[in-house]
Amino acid sequence: MPPVVDVHKCSGCAPREESRCEEVCPGDLMAVDIAAGKAYCRNPRDCWDCMSCVKACPNGALATRMPYQLGYFKARLRPVMGKGVITWKCVDIYGKERTYKYRNRIIPDT
Amino acid sequence: MSVMPTRRAVRFAPDSLREIPTQTVDCDLLIVGGGNAGCFVAVEARRLAPSLRVVIMEKANIMRSGACSAGMDAINTYIPEGKTPEDLVRWSRAQVGGGPLREDLALSNAELLNESVDDLQRWGLPILRDEDGKIRYRGQWDISIHGEQLKPIMAERAVASGAVVYNRVAGTGLLMSGRRCAGAAGLGVRDGKFYVFRAKAVVISTGGAGTLYKSYTADSTDSGSQIWMCPYCVGSGYAMGLRRGAELTSLEQRWVATRTKDFCGPVDTISVGYKAPIVNCRGERVMSRYAHLGGDAAPRFIRANAPMEEWLAGRGPCYCDTRHMDEKTVRAMMEDYLNERPSFVLFLASRGQDVTREPIEIYGSDPYIVGGHTGGGYWVDMARMTTLEGVFAAGETAGGNPNKFVGGCCAEGKLAARGALAYMRGREFAPPDAEDIEREKARVYAPVLGRAQEGVRPVEMKERLQRLMDEYAGGVSQFYRTNEERLDYALRHVKMLQSQFRHLRAEDPHELMQANETMDRVDVAEAVVQHLKARKETRWPGWQTRSDYPERNDAEFDCFIESRRNPETGVVETFTRPYERIVPGDRYTA
Ligand SMILES: Cc1cc2nc3c(=O)[nH]c(=O)nc-3n(C[C@H](O)[C@H](O)[C@H](O)COP(=O)(O)OP(=O)(O)OC[C@H]3O[C@@H](n4cnc5c(N)ncnc54)[C@H](O)[C@@H]3O)c2cc1C
Ligand code: SF4
Ligand code: SF4
Repeated sequence: MPPVVDVHKCSGCAPREESRCEEVCPGDLMAVDIAAGKAYCRNPRDCWDCMSCVKACPNGALATRMPYQLGYFKARLRPVMGKGVITWKCVDIYGKERTYKYRNRIIPDT
Repeated sequence: MSVMPTRRAVRFAPDSLREIPTQTVDCDLLIVGGGNAGCFVAVEARRLAPSLRVVIMEKANIMRSGACSAGMDAINTYIPEGKTPEDLVRWSRAQVGGGPLREDLALSNAELLNESVDDLQRWGLPILRDEDGKIRYRGQWDISIHGEQLKPIMAERAVASGAVVYNRVAGTGLLMSGRRCAGAAGLGVRDGKFYVFRAKAVVISTGGAGTLYKSYTADSTDSGSQIWMCPYCVGSGYAMGLRRGAELTSLEQRWVATRTKDFCGPVDTISVGYKAPIVNCRGERVMSRYAHLGGDAAPRFIRANAPMEEWLAGRGPCYCDTRHMDEKTVRAMMEDYLNERPSFVLFLASRGQDVTREPIEIYGSDPYIVGGHTGGGYWVDMARMTTLEGVFAAGETAGGNPNKFVGGCCAEGKLAARGALAYMRGREFAPPDAEDIEREKARVYAPVLGRAQEGVRPVEMKERLQRLMDEYAGGVSQFYRTNEERLDYALRHVKMLQSQFRHLRAEDPHELMQANETMDRVDVAEAVVQHLKARKETRWPGWQTRSDYPERNDAEFDCFIESRRNPETGVVETFTRPYERIVPGDRYTA
């Protein structure tokens, strides 16, 4: 299921010609509605849930959601991209929160 | 600039072929698909020949595309100290039930494997080590990584190598100059342009074919493409060659894997790496039933099929028993998931599941054609050239040599680059046939030019094919079984679909890409069905199960099944090639 767009946080990546989420999606699914200036997913059923768009969004405006037919309401998983480090915050349906933080790339010291 | 700029989709409503601009790009080496293998082709070609003009045509954006889009948690093969490339080939052979496999290809790949993985490490990939600084092995051959950034790491190197990248151009067909390949055509999925890449040699590295079969997770859910393999690698690379008469091998050896139930997450990770055994509903160790075949170390297809056999026998559901794990181990396992299939962690959270109390349920995946995992793909020579002159295959597209995975696909990229360089030496540029280009353009754009007429949406035809393949050609709903009558039924309907290509309609460049993808899927599916028909035995239950021929038949089928579609008549013929053993030792154990 595609990510949900928080329209309050989404800037449409203005003034970029191509938004970060549409630039990165391996399925060419994300696009920006020019009139509204907000991102949307053009074929919701085609999403792989790879979370590349969620990682790429500079405003934290995207969140992957489980379709209800598969998982219950409401869990969250949010990646925060750092330099050579990624942090994931996960909250399950009972509100239990877990954080995972680790190195995702070796950056030379120079 | 070596990455051509991409933009958002433009309005695209052409009324005639003439209105659609054709952009011609000349290069020496064209790489179709800038995934794992494709990036390595580019880096190696430019390293060996710094003045070579290398172009990557990529349907997505190479920074996050294909199998590695979400990241990886392991490199499945890296030869440990004290073991040899021959040992790895013996293991690979045993994993596919003693072959047949191309031991010549496998051995040359194994010899280049470690140095390719070492490249990744030098480029910044974190490979996990134990306290003494030794690489941490998870099983016999696979090593743990924190590979969330694996794809950008490879892509940045490909760009830095000086290759010119055309993102958002989906390859549709090969262009020929007589019998020799002279480039490839592509559809600009944002600008709608028709791209003609003229090249001396072409490497096809478009990944495998997912989405030929229906996934059970697509039934009555909002997730239509939540499968294990990348759903955007749909077999276009196979289709391109097939339409030109290239020989394909072993398509009947489909990849089917045990995956987490309801949301496709990894299982090997848990069961091998964290010693979480597979158990049935009664808590019995499932693999103990297969002790005579190696138990937990049984060939891959046996392990993949075993939980499904339990279901059939009334002993499902099956689980990976994680209940003994402590907090620290669970954390490490969750990090593995986050590195490879992060949304699976969200799935567990959405079930409110504590895996130390409730084991993780597992089930079989839909079948895939992936030459980096099993044998299906192009028949290639040692230079990785297909039977089409000037066309090379790297990664999942190259057949006969299973168990390549990430590391092996890196090595194949290097080998294909070397093969293509040797082939190009002293060869002049051959211009593609002009009529051929126009024919391809007309084929690709027909769905958008006919958009005003009533017709069929690409997604409808895709889903028709997926149901057909699932129910008649051994999909997951049928526990992978099929027989001659069902395969004939599938073929009849594949033919109907092919005869209805002309009714496909597309409103915009994205949907036009989908229309072309669907035609590719149908053409590949036809070849898969022909391969399944030709192997009248059951050699790899699960991967290939014939209920009408339930036994292995070495007298007739200890060989490769090959196919070739006649480019003039469109008829697919199948034939065999002998299996040649090179590496000594018992075939069935390693
Ligand atoms: C979820 C998942 C987890 C995995 N886990 C592991 C693991 O832990 N360890 C391991 O060793 N292996 C793992 N594998 C296997 C491994 O990732 C693959 O075998 C390998 O990366 C495939 O490389 P490739 O270059 O052949 O294909 P890909 O990397 O998929 O590249 C194909 C490229 O071609 C592009 N493309 C497709 N069609 C076209 C077209 N028509 N025109 C232009 N471009 C096109 C795609 O966008 C993509 O960029 C995993 C695979 C998956 C899917
Ligand atoms: S990347 Fe984020 S801010 Fe930019 S268009 Fe997409 S959702 Fe909106
Ligand atoms: S999760 Fe992946 S496939 Fe889905 S819209 Fe985002 S980038 Fe595309």
